[in-house]
Amino acid sequence: MTIQTKKELAVAALQNGIVIDHIPCPSLFKVVNILGIEKLENGVFIGNNLTSRSMGRKGLIKIADIDLPKETLNRIAVIAPNAVINIIKDYEVVEKHKVELPEDLVDIVRCNNPKCITNNEPMATHFHVTDKEANHFKCRYCERIVSREEVVLK
Amino acid sequence: MQKRNLVSISDLSKEEMLALLRRAQEFEKNPNQRILAGKVVGSLFFEPSTRTRLSFETAVNRLGGRVIGFSDASTSSQSKGETLKDTIMMVANYADLIVMRHPLEGAARYASEISRVPIINAGDGSNQHPTQTMLDLYTILQTQGTLENLTITMVGDLKYGRTVHSLLEAMHFFHPKFIFVACRELEMPRQYKEYCERLGIEYEETRDFSSQVINKTDILYMTRVQRERFSDLMEYERVKNIYTLTASMLSGCKPNLRVLHPLPRVTEITQDVDDTPQAYYFQQALNGLYTREAIICRALGL
Repeated sequence: MTIQTKKELAVAALQNGIVIDHIPCPSLFKVVNILGIEKLENGVFIGNNLTSRSMGRKGLIKIADIDLPKETLNRIAVIAPNAVINIIKDYEVVEKHKVELPEDLVDIVRCNNPKCITNNEPMATHFHVTDKEANHFKCRYCERIVSREEVVLK
Repeated sequence: MQKRNLVSISDLSKEEMLALLRRAQEFEKNPNQRILAGKVVGSLFFEPSTRTRLSFETAVNRLGGRVIGFSDASTSSQSKGETLKDTIMMVANYADLIVMRHPLEGAARYASEISRVPIINAGDGSNQHPTQTMLDLYTILQTQGTLENLTITMVGDLKYGRTVHSLLEAMHFFHPKFIFVACRELEMPRQYKEYCERLGIEYEETRDFSSQVINKTDILYMTRVQRERFSDLMEYERVKNIYTLTASMLSGCKPNLRVLHPLPRVTEITQDVDDTPQAYYFQQALNGLYTREAIICRALGL
């Protein structure tokens, strides 16, 4: 058996489903969390600390027989801005795109301000992305601006 | 009826601000008008604020409306652990309009999303206090005859003072020039300086509260330096006296200069300033009545 085939065997190929590639390793399990993958009954492969040419090491998630809407997948852009979504049909990649930060983050991120109403009432958080390049998010309620580095997930 | 909340000063366009100021001018001429006859206003003060509450409740009374509510959360069911949502839903059943003050930031925005009736924010923590900003604008217009091309000097706590931040945002429509006078610990946050730069608003920053600064100012906006903002109390004692305005400092000022202060003042304006023609903070507080009358009418579409 050649080294090449061994590599292919390491992760099973998908017939149909979604591959989420180029996830930063520290964010992998947060992505699992945001997408609610632990509750799925589909076949799921999760890989972490895999060798990547572009990022050194990366995380990767494969979910079989699923079709997730773009809006759902874009939620992970907060913590994995360079993640790539591959849609697989019959073992072929039929669509490939980078995740895109949505205009609004609803109930994804916790507000850093302890005096914010969202941290004191049973309610959803809501951030507006004020600057996609600089990655600034503004709380719809207390109006505090948080940067990506400060983000705490709900 | 159109439900028009006032949660944040940035909710208002320039035209809406000017319309509110014109309406307030009518109320200044005649503050007693029975526009709210038959209406009930919920006045929900989850934290005490006597000045703001009396101003709002006077506005409702002078417009012929009735007030229900509480002036301290300890007398409301919040003390039993009720959520803000439930309190708002309940009061919205009874009142035509809710005026609320809350210690948590964003409380008024949330209330405006769940309430059937309009919400007027009377202060949410250190976030927004838009009716204060409207009365500041009204006072500037009243004393200067215009809002355009004025030099506004802000002194004291520019870091935590929500009134200066909101005033800065509201004035951006009117080509102002700002001078920020504060110590390093309390200087204007970067976010607001960047805001000025983005909009091409001229500003200067200085630690020196000098007559040079005062003499080129049209509006001198004083704020209170609060002891609790300082980790080092020696530093507080030093700074508190540097940013104090005395009557003699106004000797060479422009004749149109007026001194404003959101009140309560402590030591930052000495008593002798009260007798100068420049002192205007008590009239400023009275203007709160007229502007709040205008804001209440706007909220109810009346």
